[in-house]
Amino acid sequence: MQFGIFSVSDITKDAVTGRTPSEAERIDAIVRIAKRADEVGLDVFAIGEHHNPPFFSSSPTTLLAHIAAVTERIVLSTAVTLITTNDPVKVAEDYAMLQHLAKGRVDLMLGRGNTVPVYPWFGQDIRRGVELALEHYNLLHRLWREDVVDWEGAFRTPLQGFTSIPRPLDGVPPFVWHGAIRTPEIAEQAAYYGNGYFANNILAPNLHFKPLVEFYRQRFAHHGHGTPEQAIVGLGGQAFIARRSQDAVRTFRPYFEGSPLYGASYDLEEFMRATPLSVGSPQEVIEKTLGFQEGFGDYQRQLWIVDHAGLPVEMALEQVELLGTEVVPVLRREMAARRAPGVPDAPTHASLVRATYGDAEPRQARPNPNRGDNLTGTSPYLDTDPGVLADRPLVR
Amino acid sequence: MAGPTRLVVVSAGTGTPSSTRALADRIAQAGLDLLAEAGTPATVSVVELGPLAADTARALVAGFPGQAVQEAIDRLAAADGLIVATPVYKAGVSGLLKSFVDVLDEDLLIATPVLLAATGGSPRHSLVVDDHMRPLFAYMRALTLPTSVYAAPEDWGSAELGRRIQRAAAELAVVVGAGVARAVADRTWSGHDHRFAGDAARAERTAADVDFDSPLMRLAAGGRLPPREAGAS
Repeated sequence: MQFGIFSVSDITKDAVTGRTPSEAERIDAIVRIAKRADEVGLDVFAIGEHHNPPFFSSSPTTLLAHIAAVTERIVLSTAVTLITTNDPVKVAEDYAMLQHLAKGRVDLMLGRGNTVPVYPWFGQDIRRGVELALEHYNLLHRLWREDVVDWEGAFRTPLQGFTSIPRPLDGVPPFVWHGAIRTPEIAEQAAYYGNGYFANNILAPNLHFKPLVEFYRQRFAHHGHGTPEQAIVGLGGQAFIARRSQDAVRTFRPYFEGSPLYGASYDLEEFMRATPLSVGSPQEVIEKTLGFQEGFGDYQRQLWIVDHAGLPVEMALEQVELLGTEVVPVLRREMAARRAPGVPDAPTHASLVRATYGDAEPRQARPNPNRGDNLTGTSPYLDTDPGVLADRPLVR
Repeated sequence: MAGPTRLVVVSAGTGTPSSTRALADRIAQAGLDLLAEAGTPATVSVVELGPLAADTARALVAGFPGQAVQEAIDRLAAADGLIVATPVYKAGVSGLLKSFVDVLDEDLLIATPVLLAATGGSPRHSLVVDDHMRPLFAYMRALTLPTSVYAAPEDWGSAELGRRIQRAAAELAVVVGAGVARAVADRTWSGHDHRFAGDAARAERTAADVDFDSPLMRLAAGGRLPPREAGAS
């Protein structure tokens, strides 16, 4: 079971001081938050992708590569990578590069995001958002698994004999989670490929996402990847923790009420009662999270948002600290004690390498020489299977 | 659906007593009586929007309903026929009704018979029912009944209102009794957009309900989109 934090990279006014942090401050803050998460032993740090204010994370691979360089153990992920408006070829290249730099401490979560104008900004049509997401991932899946790809679809120029570089580290692509809050087709795609399914589990009633999680579990089994209980499920949530319950509520309230996201809807108590938002003592957050396990079944990844609603960075760091020292150690123990036998952990680079090669040496891609036209042609690597030939025109 | 036929009254009246609620109750009673005469046992339950006002507004802003609004939605989803009654404010339907309808799933009322009723301070607003309510429920693809009922102050002393109530209730009783909603939805349900695990009575809830032979589901399972006609966007 993995525990960690995720951020949508919002830049929100601190409702208590009235001050809005600068982009530079928030970017520095998120690096500090990720480092602290690594130091206190959290397993995952995930960052969102936006292309407009009031967010800062337009370039998640750049940010994550830097965080990879200043951390030791933590797995770096996204929440989410826009598989709709990014070119899947560029996603394949960027995240493979990140995977190499982070020595395999990378996976990614794909989704459609929640911003309508982002589609035209990148030349796409939101009315075809689901088709874009599905087709783009089908291509990404192949680009990471086949050295030479011929491909034709509805949305990007066809590829003839294309090789995405660098090849994934050790020949093993980053593990992929598909994030969806309403679309069974996305959960079906996760199930078809044996990938993970992540429900953000925020801003909705408790257990609202259970039907989609169940659907994904059933389809995971249908597609032959194991039993429904062995499907790879991730859940989000938000947490604000203080040693004493009443301090947590009192401290968080002005930020909650001052936040454009929360402030105009249900009051804090109702939000705490009716949705996955956890505000309280470590014990209360532990109990609420154990309720997720009870409601959704055994799952593999729990991520919390801790840097939302304009909380100052010191407070967000304190949240990370409390999660790492007070909440997660207990949850690890309790969840393990309750977990049914045979439920796997979330895949990591190491586990995927083992599953792929056993005791054999992993593949290391070594290119064939340049033919003089800056290309290696249809046999890109020394170990390219001569039986695999792309039907591209050869340059003589 | 097993069990007795379910009529649900939705009243946006806020007064105590509310003339809007009184009108809806009279219509509901007439409908119950006519259904009983036709050998169709029916029940009626009332959703008062007044007590849900704050929750309805919050549901709009938050993007999801709280418990009380959800219970009202569930009752509408299970209804075999609706009687919707609103006061006329500022020459239009009550914002309370519009806000409540705004938080409903698009497919919640497909083919559900809806009897439209309104009360107002003057006969000059009598077209609000047909001009405002009817398009709203047409958008919801509900089956709005031909006769709507509007009651201005002077109507309460007239036998004519009773006759209009009887006529509208008769339409409701016949359409509900004939099972038109189910027959229509049986034929047209798959042609509408739906929310997985949504509130509608027929919403797909599990993998067993889902058609995996759709173009999108085939694409999800590694397939390809069918070629589109030239010029299609």
